[in-house]
Amino acid sequence: MSNAQLEIQLIASLVAVACAIPGTFLVLRKMAMISDAISHSILPGLVVGFFITQDLNSPLLILLAALTGVITVILVERIQKTGLVKEDTAIGLVFPAMFSIGVIMIAKNANDIHLDVDAVLLGELAFAPFDRLTIGGTDIGPKSLWVIGIILLATVALLIAFFKELKVSTFDPGLSASLGFSPVVIHYGLMTMSSITTVGAFDAVGAILVVALMIAPAACAYLLTTDLKKMLGLAIFFGVFGAISGYWVAHWLDASIAGSIATMLGVVFFLVYLFAPSKGLIAVMYREKRQRIEVSLLTFLLHLKNHSEEEERHVNHLNEHINWQKVKSKTVLDLALKNNMILINNKIVSLTKKGDEFTSQAIDYIITNEDTQIEDMKKHFFLFRG
Amino acid sequence: MKSMDNIKNTNSKDETTASISANEAGAVVMAVKVDDLTVAYNYKPVLWDIDLEIPEGVLMAIVGPNGAGKSTLIKAILGILKPIAGSVSIYGKPYHKQRSHVAYVPQKGSVDWDFPTVALDVVMMGTYGSLGWIKRPGVKEKKAALEALEKVGMLPFKNRQISQLSGGQQQRIFLARALVQDASIYFMDEPFQGVDATTEIAIINILKELRKAGKTVVVVHHDLQTVPEYFDWVTFLNVKKIATGPVKDIFNDDNLTKTYGINYKVSVQK
Ligand SMILES: Nc1ncnc2c1ncn2[C@@H]1O[C@H](COP(=O)(O)OP(=O)(O)OP(=O)(O)O)[C@@H](O)[C@H]1O
Ligand SMILES: [Mg+2]
Repeated sequence: MSNAQLEIQLIASLVAVACAIPGTFLVLRKMAMISDAISHSILPGLVVGFFITQDLNSPLLILLAALTGVITVILVERIQKTGLVKEDTAIGLVFPAMFSIGVIMIAKNANDIHLDVDAVLLGELAFAPFDRLTIGGTDIGPKSLWVIGIILLATVALLIAFFKELKVSTFDPGLSASLGFSPVVIHYGLMTMSSITTVGAFDAVGAILVVALMIAPAACAYLLTTDLKKMLGLAIFFGVFGAISGYWVAHWLDASIAGSIATMLGVVFFLVYLFAPSKGLIAVMYREKRQRIEVSLLTFLLHLKNHSEEEERHVNHLNEHINWQKVKSKTVLDLALKNNMILINNKIVSLTKKGDEFTSQAIDYIITNEDTQIEDMKKHFFLFRG
Repeated sequence: MKSMDNIKNTNSKDETTASISANEAGAVVMAVKVDDLTVAYNYKPVLWDIDLEIPEGVLMAIVGPNGAGKSTLIKAILGILKPIAGSVSIYGKPYHKQRSHVAYVPQKGSVDWDFPTVALDVVMMGTYGSLGWIKRPGVKEKKAALEALEKVGMLPFKNRQISQLSGGQQQRIFLARALVQDASIYFMDEPFQGVDATTEIAIINILKELRKAGKTVVVVHHDLQTVPEYFDWVTFLNVKKIATGPVKDIFNDDNLTKTYGINYKVSVQK
């Protein structure tokens, strides 16, 4: 691996981490679309900032462009507050307008600005290592690395300082307000940080990848955990994984790095969506199937418990009595046998002691919903996993 | 603000009797004072010119039909909504100076149920107010949260994601969260909504305990039958304030009719 390759991966990974942190809160606040709006509408801010500073990596330019991002959020909220359109419509109204203003500004001043629309959308990650920062003649690394590194440090510091405030205001803005943590202040703080991150990442990875890096890793993490800290950790992991694997895919296919990273993020999300252990599509389908069988099993055990007469408990009659399909009654019988809950003697089914106890306990549980007494049942049955 | 230290608590009588605390001079201490409050959504007023005084140490019901503005009144008192006119004071000072003395249990559905958080964590959030900005909750906060969960009988569910709890269980979690706030005034928006009879009794007992400890409890309540049994004060509200006072004095068919518009006959036991 050459030095440049390493640096590209490092920059992409830092961008991924810096995006995953605000992205997690945007996803939780159902504000994924806002990141799209910010990433496109900072363009005019960038152009104006560039006229003033003449330097694409100047901190002032980053702040100016970030301000455009916050203004976009405010505009969207204003339009939405009129009650005439919904939030997504408001976003759809604002950001194409802002983006086109930026594009026109670039086109009009094409000679002065080394920005083109392709670069805006897809970034120039491949060239990032060539734009270097030197202090007193010594090369201290690519500029983008420093820019995104500083932004990342700020993001992490803010996250650690305001983690509980972010959490409570996202979860319950009413409580947050009544505890003295103004949701408005936290909201605009988050918007400002997202805008700054977007601007910082923009030059390296472009608008599309910024959005992908903010939303996709957080969306994956959301499907995998019920703990906010773990969700942040997982989002960071998926972001970095997408960045590095995307880089190598681009390398092998000789394709755009930003495009490949975005594609990898899409692939990862698809896989997580399918295979996530409890919220994934397959798990949900499997669980529903298990639950159907277990409910049938319970119905069947109850039937046995309630009927002492032999003809009600004859294998052949069970189908008609509880009205099941053949296949299903076989599954249920097998499950009951496997768990030693029933005995079959001369085709007469009867409950074992264990089966009898299980049935009473299960009924108790269903009626009282007492969680504590069924700990050991939980191991065997999805039905009781809450 | 610790006005509870220098007052004589006269609360030792019958549960249903009004028990208001008074200071040394004999004057009643007002926990909450609302003056000429008007609140509007999109310039349409839903609360008109409300004057309301809530004495310290009462267990008060706010009753009124759907859309009467009960939730709105509580939100305005808590500064969640900005009134277009009027003012609110908590123990004589504006709300934002008295935050740590006020706890609030919102009407169901105002939180993000799919948020990645478990019951214990939600209850811990009640301690955030006393921690202030930046400081993180520690062992002490966790202990308080566990105790509150125990009190509402939800300890076995402490590690459940909150959307996986039943409606009544969720309600108890929010009650526990208010309890750890260790406030002087509690506002609860329909804490009995969708809970079973056992839970309802458990909750009302906790509320009565709070009152015994000298706290002021204000509850939005829909079941008129139980008002005399549960509460000692009542406020009738329907866009305007109809009446407020001790249950034994003002909980009568006349006020009920004024509030609900139709002829009400609730027998009020003496
Ligand atoms: N966010 C809002 N925007 C516009 N109007 C609102 C909003 N919230 C409430 N309202 C209106 O304000 C009035 C009072 O609402 P509020 O929620 O205070 O009633 P409530 O007395 O709590 O009713 P309920 O018993 O159904 O909870 C209603 O007419 C309602 O439609
Ligand atoms: Mg209400």
